[in-house]
Amino acid sequence: MTTTAPPRPAAPPTPPSPPSPGRRVLTRLLRWWRQLTAMRTALVLLFLLALAAIPGSLLPQRSLSQNNVRQYFVDNPTLARWLDRLYLFDVFSSPWFAAIYLLLFISLIGCVVPRAIEHGRAVFAAPPPAPRHLLRLPDNDELPTDLTGPAALDVVEEELRVRRYRVVRRQGRSGPELSAEKGYLRETGNVLFHLSLLALLLSLAGGKMWGYEGSILVTEGQGFCNSFQQYDTYSAGPLVDSSSLSPLCVDLDDFKATYEDDLTASSYTADIAYELGDDDAEDVTIGVNDPLRLDGDRVYVTGHGYSPSFSITLPDGTTFTDLSAPFLPSDQSTMASQGVLKVPDLGAGSTDQLAIEGFFAPTGVLQGGLLTSVDPRPLDPQVAIVVYTGYLGLDSGLPQSVYSLDQTQIDRGLLTEQASANLAVGESTTLPDGTVVTFSGVQEFAAIQVSHDPGQLWMLGAAVSILIGLIGMLLVRRERVFARVDPAADGGGTVLSIGSLTRGSADTGPRFTALVDTVRTALAARSPAAPSASEEAPPS
Amino acid sequence: MIDESLASLSDTLFTVTVVVYSLAVVAFCAELAFGRPARAPQLVAAGGVPDAPAPTREPAPEPARSRRLSALAMVLTGIGLVSHAAVVVTRGLAAHRLPWGNMFEFSTIVVLVAVVAYTVLAVRAPELRHIGLFVMGPVVLAMALIRFKLYVETGPLVAALRSWWLAVHVTTATLGFGIFFLSGIVSVLYLVQSRREERVAAGDQLAPSLLDRLPSAAALDRTAHRTVVFGFPIWTFAVIAGAIWAESAWGRPWGWDPKETWAFIAWVVYAAYLHARTTSGWRGRPSAWVNVIGLAVMVFNLLYVNMVSTGLHSYGGLS
Repeated sequence: MTTTAPPRPAAPPTPPSPPSPGRRVLTRLLRWWRQLTAMRTALVLLFLLALAAIPGSLLPQRSLSQNNVRQYFVDNPTLARWLDRLYLFDVFSSPWFAAIYLLLFISLIGCVVPRAIEHGRAVFAAPPPAPRHLLRLPDNDELPTDLTGPAALDVVEEELRVRRYRVVRRQGRSGPELSAEKGYLRETGNVLFHLSLLALLLSLAGGKMWGYEGSILVTEGQGFCNSFQQYDTYSAGPLVDSSSLSPLCVDLDDFKATYEDDLTASSYTADIAYELGDDDAEDVTIGVNDPLRLDGDRVYVTGHGYSPSFSITLPDGTTFTDLSAPFLPSDQSTMASQGVLKVPDLGAGSTDQLAIEGFFAPTGVLQGGLLTSVDPRPLDPQVAIVVYTGYLGLDSGLPQSVYSLDQTQIDRGLLTEQASANLAVGESTTLPDGTVVTFSGVQEFAAIQVSHDPGQLWMLGAAVSILIGLIGMLLVRRERVFARVDPAADGGGTVLSIGSLTRGSADTGPRFTALVDTVRTALAARSPAAPSASEEAPPS
Repeated sequence: MIDESLASLSDTLFTVTVVVYSLAVVAFCAELAFGRPARAPQLVAAGGVPDAPAPTREPAPEPARSRRLSALAMVLTGIGLVSHAAVVVTRGLAAHRLPWGNMFEFSTIVVLVAVVAYTVLAVRAPELRHIGLFVMGPVVLAMALIRFKLYVETGPLVAALRSWWLAVHVTTATLGFGIFFLSGIVSVLYLVQSRREERVAAGDQLAPSLLDRLPSAAALDRTAHRTVVFGFPIWTFAVIAGAIWAESAWGRPWGWDPKETWAFIAWVVYAAYLHARTTSGWRGRPSAWVNVIGLAVMVFNLLYVNMVSTGLHSYGGLS
């Protein structure tokens, strides 16, 4: 229909005077800052954060299970090396994950701090002046009235104050006007929510820096003290002083696991005695979901199992009684367990060492010569053991697991198999040299974990205020109402225009209509012309 | 300990629920198929006049037959809902515990929450009733999958779950999930509807479709947003309650266990959705996609993390 005009060449920009280098850098930095704190960037960073967390759940993580990572290295040696270079087995402590959340939090600070300041001002300031065209607001109405302008606005103000609005009257360009606002808590919640996220991150980081965690398997009747040398495994933050851990010692007196009829475990409880420094020992029972909480430290039962015990009688009559070692459960439903008892100091020579490697069944059943477990309760404890003698290699300098034998020692012929047997409690087997190994009994062990996390309570506080902020931010409506009086077009009386702007709700219509109806009734009631008339007479 | 007759009653009620929900789906189908208002002539009349305003989506007067079918569908949904709630209650009574101790029970309740959320919406905003087919269809599918793939016998709780945090953490997690489930479906409908409205606005001549019976894109977008606004604090609370429980059960509030990681990812995605709706360039379809991704993350978290990965949250009860 219409011909399009050829694009006009853009007017050549007037060459600006070259800014000083310092100013240029500042401008560039300012632009970066603005870009980083833009909502769009924050959104992209949020997505990146979600995306970056995914490999942490799909690949084995060192923080969760060293063993799984080791297994992954065995299964995919080349791939694993590459993944490891990208920190994919330590996703949540990797530099790139940290980069994402730090950028996100910087962006958040840049966004929320100005908003907080702005909001702080707004809380103490009067509601903003009415916009020029009230009838362009999403909700609006016009009410004719006989009242004078200020009197009509008095009526509106009363109604708004009843509804807990903050109201201010101004002399506008065309007459008296009114601005009202309520729902400041919405923005307060918004600011609180975002600042609390920051507090949560800080308390998490603090907890990681000054916190530690140690775990140990303790057999009934034994105990341990809170020091990193004693734990089987531990992890500690970089700022933990390992010489000043709290002086806590714990003895495991008794461990009980109870089961339902269908052998579902219904509870695990450990009776422990603990000493804190020079205080007297105190007895307490801890269990699943029920840790011991001391000032700053917590003691948990995280697992359990059986420690079979053995007595060894040497040919010369020397007897070692009740040597035991925890066997790790390989099947939680039947508590079938595997482990090894290493006895390095049987005789004077370095090759006079003995190891009992075996399989333990709390309720054993022999099927074709193979021992299996059918019940997690110790109803008929049996072991299937292989006894080795020779050199265990414990002092070779290479670390080895306490739960399995070093296979290389066997391959090299330093450890030789002497006997194998299936034993019930009290039964024994005799080695070729005359040594007698007796399965003397079984005790339970508990996996006990001691945790120290100074950031924890702060985290809880931050989480609670996140929630409070969120509820304020999502459920409170910020409502602004503006009103103005103008002389009626036909000269008879005045016209009250009223409009409202709401943030945080879609269904504003009914509330606004209710407000206008109340105002209309009140105006009619005050009207000097018709004090009794409740319905308005339309001026026509 | 386990009341076998109640347990089998619960299983029977499950089947009843699926049947009644399926009947509701049939009724919703019939409503959309037979109760279509005659809108086509108006569209034809507008043909050839490119400047004619796009047909407005004023609610057309509903024919009586359509109204009857719609009411029937809602009544069937209501009956199904009662039976569905009875499934949960009888299972709880049979086992003398809160019936959300394994994946079967958890997902049954998630679907229950979704149906309740839909019913509440349908009662409060009648025009949203018409999305019934698209809610109840997936619901029936989910119920069938739950029955055949996730079913476990009624049994006692494992020791780790015997804590009153189960009532707090798992209840809120199912509430959040159920609401997000509904919200995700509404966002999918929004994506379809907004595409159609764009084409109508562009002057395309479109054959009458059952989309004409659905609420406008704007209404769908608003519903999706409001449901997420409702579900997000609940989900946040569920995650926080989970962290508090984890502190007393596992010795740390947060440990990046796979379930925790995916709960975090879902939280971040829904936070992104709420931001996207107020960010220029992200309003409308992009933000709706974010909501759909959120639902995908929730489902992945339920299925993959329970069935494939190994973590501390392995309470699925499936072998």
